[in-house]
Amino acid sequence: MTETAIAVQLEDVRFSYGRGPVVIDVPSLRLEAGTRTFLHGPSGSGKTTLLGILAGVLRADSGAVRVLGEDLTSMSGARRDAFRARHIGYVFQMFNLIPYLSVLENIILPVRMNAERRGRIRASNPAEEARRLAAALEIDHALGSAVGALSVGQQQRVAACRALIGSPELIIADEPTSSLDHDRRDAFLELLLEACEGAGSTLVFVSHDRTLAAHFEQEVSLGESNRAGEVAA
Amino acid sequence: MLVLDLALKSLRNRLLVTTLTVGSIALSVALLLGVEKIRTGMRESFSNTISQTDLIIGPKSGTIQLLLYSVFGMGSPTQNVSWEAYQTWAAHPAVDWTIPYSLGDSHRGFRVIGTDENFYERYRYRGGQPIEVAEGKPALEVFEVAIGSQVAAELGYDLGDQIAVTHGMGGFITHDDTPFTISGILAPTFTPVDRAIYVTLEGIEAMHEGWEGGVPPASAMSFGGGPPSDEAEPAEERWTGDYQPTQVTAFFVGATNRRDVLSLQREVNVWEEEPIMAVLPGLALSEMWNGLGYAEEGLRLVGVFVVIVGLLGMLVSLYTSLDARRREMAILRAIGAGPVRIVSLLVLESAVLATLGAAMGVAVVYGGLSIAQPWVESQFGLFLPIAGLAPIEWLYLGAVAGAGFLIGFVPAVKAYRTALHDGLAVRV
Repeated sequence: MTETAIAVQLEDVRFSYGRGPVVIDVPSLRLEAGTRTFLHGPSGSGKTTLLGILAGVLRADSGAVRVLGEDLTSMSGARRDAFRARHIGYVFQMFNLIPYLSVLENIILPVRMNAERRGRIRASNPAEEARRLAAALEIDHALGSAVGALSVGQQQRVAACRALIGSPELIIADEPTSSLDHDRRDAFLELLLEACEGAGSTLVFVSHDRTLAAHFEQEVSLGESNRAGEVAA
Repeated sequence: MLVLDLALKSLRNRLLVTTLTVGSIALSVALLLGVEKIRTGMRESFSNTISQTDLIIGPKSGTIQLLLYSVFGMGSPTQNVSWEAYQTWAAHPAVDWTIPYSLGDSHRGFRVIGTDENFYERYRYRGGQPIEVAEGKPALEVFEVAIGSQVAAELGYDLGDQIAVTHGMGGFITHDDTPFTISGILAPTFTPVDRAIYVTLEGIEAMHEGWEGGVPPASAMSFGGGPPSDEAEPAEERWTGDYQPTQVTAFFVGATNRRDVLSLQREVNVWEEEPIMAVLPGLALSEMWNGLGYAEEGLRLVGVFVVIVGLLGMLVSLYTSLDARRREMAILRAIGAGPVRIVSLLVLESAVLATLGAAMGVAVVYGGLSIAQPWVESQFGLFLPIAGLAPIEWLYLGAVAGAGFLIGFVPAVKAYRTALHDGLAVRV
């Protein structure tokens, strides 16, 4: 296993909000590139905070955070923002879309934000790429709709399209299925996994719902990895 | 440009609030510009109380004093210009025409001015408008008077009415024995002309016939105003002499060639035979206006404060919208928007609102002007010219847009701090 094959590597990472209690204390976490990982953790175990650190939105107080071979802790805030725009797709639990943009505009936002990411699209232009992804996630019929007119399930698929456009190496999904009913949840998950495989992206999928773990090749329990989580819980 | 696109779409999404904010800024800007337009209109109107007159010549005194009693009918001259001096200058080769003005008498509080036919032919006000006789004809005979429109309206006079004239302003002594007949009523000019009564120079002499050293002949003396008494002999029978004017108070001059005006003025001012002076009315009027300028500063200040209130309203609306937009900020952060983008999004929104408001304010002002202009002119005699924006007005507009830009940093910095603190977890 070579160094570049590691997508995410955390060592002795600690984080607290301001002067608050330590919410993240992960001695070691290692995710291989191209894998689909199910990161499980109960509510309050610091899942979203950990994802914020992986995405470079939050900066670890100490330890090393290496994402795609780069050390995020040594980067400036602006460089982490650029890194995220270029390499990471992010899906929230809900309310993923910017209400004043159309569905299509929401999907192509990352490639407008980052020129390098735009350079990696396969279709001739961003709108074409958005259509291709929307078709893959079976949401292409809603491209012309207003964001507010979409169901929650549809919104999550649009969010997945947006995370996948421009083939970022790392897709982070923070409980994207928790607001979906059982059938839609499985359908969404299958489509997301397929699309990630198609794009060759590493997927970090977080949920408190352990029944989803079966869809993934590996499972990491945050409750075990995060020593601070035990304290908080 | 991505951020501008986002800012515009975000504003469009909050259409009601955007409209209200732009509207309030537009109204405040319109008020500021409107004050400015009225101010310039008033200044123009004031400076055009008399126009096309190149010089006003009168006895040596202060410029403003000469202007006050000759043009505005305020105050009294202390000296006069002799008829010979008047004749000399009227015949000067550089002088094209003159309008003599002989002051000192009044009728029920309105000024009586002795002049000649040149007043009706040559006097111009507000960009060259001539004196028009609305009813009747000019007062060209000894016992004829023409009255200004306001005199007619306030005293209820009609053509053919007979009036008596008081010596001095509001004095007791009336020239009861020299009744004048109203031969004409002048059309409104919205200048002091409306509040004056015009007779001939000969008429002035006739009413002072027999007066020596400022007192009337004993037989003609009576007290109080009012119509002439029935016992008085008809003036036409008593006064049949040839009334040669002996002096004028001041006279307006039109030069043969405008280039000669300054040298003519110099020549008058250094004339040794009689102490007289010549002033350039346009220059003197704007000097006088500048002396009155503190009132307009007050108006302008009010306008500026209203604009500040409008901009603060925008700040409040942007600031209060931030809580509802925390989600949006988190999404933008997740996609990779850094502080520069977040801050510039909100700054742009603020700048766009202020700029739109300023532009709409301009539209409101010009729309309002084009509707109200005829009405204001007929009601107040204030002509509001519809001209392009003056440099100071551009400055105002630039200041509004600039202030919008700067104000945008307040919500922008707040939004970015919130976004930093929230990270990707938004506790809505």
